[in-house]
Amino acid sequence: MDHPRPRGNQPVVLGVDSSTPRPVSPMSPDLDVPMLEMRGITKRFPGVVANEGVDFTVRSGRVHTLLGENGAGKSTLMKILFGLYRPDEGSVHLEGTEVEIRSPADAISRGIGMIHQHFMLVPTLTVAENVALGLGGAWGFSDLRPIRQRLVEVSERYGLQVDPDAFIWQLAVGERQRVEILKALFRDARILVLDEPTAVLTPPEVTDLFTTLRQLRDDGRGLVFISHKLHEVMEISNEITVLRDGRIVGNTVPESSSRESLAQMMVGRPVLFTRTVQPHDPGEDRLVVRDLVVQGDRGNLAVDKVSLSVRAGEILGVAGVSGNGQRELAEAIFGLRPVESGGIDIDGVPADSLAPKAVRSKGMAYVPEERMRDGVIGEFTVAENLVLVDHGSPPYTRWGFLRFGAIKKQCTRLVQRYSVKTPMLETLTRSLSGGNIQKVVIAREFSCGAEILVVSQPTRGIDVGAAEYVHEQLLGQRTAGAAILLISEDLDEVLQMSDRVAVIFRGQIMDQLPRSEATAMRVGRLMMGLKAE
Amino acid sequence: MSEFFTTTAIVATLASGIRLSAPFLIAALGESVGQRAGVLNLGVEGVMLIGAYAAYNTALETGNVLAAVFVAVLMGVLMGAIYAFITVVMHAQQGISGIGIYLFGLGITDLLFQKQVGTPKPIDGLQTTSVPLLGDIPTVGEIFFRHNALVYVAYLLIPVVWFVVNRTTFGLNIRSVGETPEAADTLGVSVTWTRVSAILIGNGLAALAGAALALEIGIFQYNLTAGQGFIAIALVYFGAWRPSGIMAGALLFGIVSSTVLQWKTLGIVSGSASSFTAMAPAVLTILVLVVVSRRIGQPSALTNPFDRSD
Repeated sequence: MDHPRPRGNQPVVLGVDSSTPRPVSPMSPDLDVPMLEMRGITKRFPGVVANEGVDFTVRSGRVHTLLGENGAGKSTLMKILFGLYRPDEGSVHLEGTEVEIRSPADAISRGIGMIHQHFMLVPTLTVAENVALGLGGAWGFSDLRPIRQRLVEVSERYGLQVDPDAFIWQLAVGERQRVEILKALFRDARILVLDEPTAVLTPPEVTDLFTTLRQLRDDGRGLVFISHKLHEVMEISNEITVLRDGRIVGNTVPESSSRESLAQMMVGRPVLFTRTVQPHDPGEDRLVVRDLVVQGDRGNLAVDKVSLSVRAGEILGVAGVSGNGQRELAEAIFGLRPVESGGIDIDGVPADSLAPKAVRSKGMAYVPEERMRDGVIGEFTVAENLVLVDHGSPPYTRWGFLRFGAIKKQCTRLVQRYSVKTPMLETLTRSLSGGNIQKVVIAREFSCGAEILVVSQPTRGIDVGAAEYVHEQLLGQRTAGAAILLISEDLDEVLQMSDRVAVIFRGQIMDQLPRSEATAMRVGRLMMGLKAE
Repeated sequence: MSEFFTTTAIVATLASGIRLSAPFLIAALGESVGQRAGVLNLGVEGVMLIGAYAAYNTALETGNVLAAVFVAVLMGVLMGAIYAFITVVMHAQQGISGIGIYLFGLGITDLLFQKQVGTPKPIDGLQTTSVPLLGDIPTVGEIFFRHNALVYVAYLLIPVVWFVVNRTTFGLNIRSVGETPEAADTLGVSVTWTRVSAILIGNGLAALAGAALALEIGIFQYNLTAGQGFIAIALVYFGAWRPSGIMAGALLFGIVSSTVLQWKTLGIVSGSASSFTAMAPAVLTILVLVVVSRRIGQPSALTNPFDRSD
């Protein structure tokens, strides 16, 4: 092809000649040419080296995966690429020329697009307005017609169906992600970074996303795929770079690696993959939810006639895409949110409209999804957080005074038993890593003698090692006879841990399946609101 | 009471209600622009006082009403620049910074008044301008089309503010930085400049509201605005951040105030009862705030400073 490669820093002029929209994808078809090279990138933060001498190359028509645990330095590297951080050492080269990327706007104008894990969308604006944002327009009036027209073209070409006039808040998570991708394509992104794009998607949506990604790759774009889901990495990557503690620990291709070898590189030790839940006979119903109706924060119907029951020695997994009523369900069961109608029974005794303290006295414990907001008090010490439930009763309190001896004894025991890595018991909880904070919550909730556990998103945002540990603890509680309601947006986790799987969609339980019938595809379709095929 | 329910009294009350609503309306529309961009300015009252004094003093010195309005708006924009520097550039807490602006405005206008003017001297304020033809319609014309220029400006600002916020690129930027500044930033919209501009507009309008008040009454005194700036902030919530809602709230306050005045004039209420009636706008403010405490439609990033490195 002899047409010149488009320069990304050309101003995008809209609304001037809307009758002949520019070609959607004037990409060079040259494949396997280095488009971006990051050389010797080092970035230090107070007390941490986030990146140390990292080399990273993106080639046209290739998907380069960046693999690593939370805190391995993937995000830092990508934030440097996107102009959010400046590297302390090293250089960034685009098509052979060294560049200094000063801001996200600078990165965009150089043809770098980023699909952030937390979508960068304005919920109160429409799809077209979100795409138009920052593009300017004729005479300062925002004329959305040319935008809408091009949107339709680009979305048809890449199979990214979305209504240009819908408000973002009306869209499902998968659709929001399509808007993010469209935003980047609209700005002629030749290098596209996708930060954990599959974390929020159902399996059928992941299949669709991968179809789109392959098409973008075949157009000659360079793609950076960030994930820690190894089967996806094996499926989509052309090249894999593994980061650990800010350094590159491996560079490989899927053909010469396996899930096990990648996991070992990522964590630094062998990881157990095939944990199976040994079937055993559960006991009596402990927690029963009947036709429960609960309102959301905006007065919307968040939980719509949900009925569930959890038996002793059983894990009931609730799968669903984020924001389908899971949080409201858990909060209502634990007495944190008023029940509109329906009922909650604990051991056959009505337990709705009870305060959390009364719910706890009936033998229930709760691991909330927002551990920093609802699980611990960040400004309190580890010891204080560990006794926060029982701190007002003996042996921790006598005559209204805290007994530090008894507290210290119990906390020392808990920290050892649940392998919480903390310098001291007096360390402020917020300074621990996410995984260790979660261990503090688990230690407190699992050690208070509760036999009914409501556990929300127990491994979200924590590293593989800590997640493995949390899972072991959950299975231990199950063996000990606890009735466990496990609410998780991580479908792999639900499928791996549960005896039965319930799927929640728009506040309703779509179906409940025994473990043997719950395949990823079947549950995934239910998570999207599709009933049986 | 019967003397109030005469056509003359009711027409006069409604006309004066529209006139009294103008400062509320101008100040609240300005505040709404700032809030849509994510900046709460509790200093509206102080900036109104500065605008009022600037207009009064200029009119006193030059006798030129247009110059008075111009100087007032200029002073408002200047105060806006100070407030923008404190809150947007230095990321200071918006609530307490706004209270600082209010106290500054309250103090400085009194000080300057004492030093420069001393004893109250009335000025030739704004003249009533009857709209040709429309102003001659009986009743309707009296109520709607015989006001001073700034009343018309106030009502013309309603569609103007709506259009700027909803139909221009600048307005799109304002709405995005008020909801999700991170998203705007990644798309190359300058959060800082968008917010600074919104603050300058808001403060310019607050000062204009003060000028409208001073030029209407034709006098300045300590704490001339008597809480109108705070009511204007409440009106933004009452109107759910929409110009039409703000207009409804401003009219409500204007008409309640004019009714109270009318009752006093007609002697329907007198003595201690009249003091109680005078509290009506304040009571109404509290009721309104209780009713609209749901905060539906509040910009998500309101009062949140934006710092990219966070």
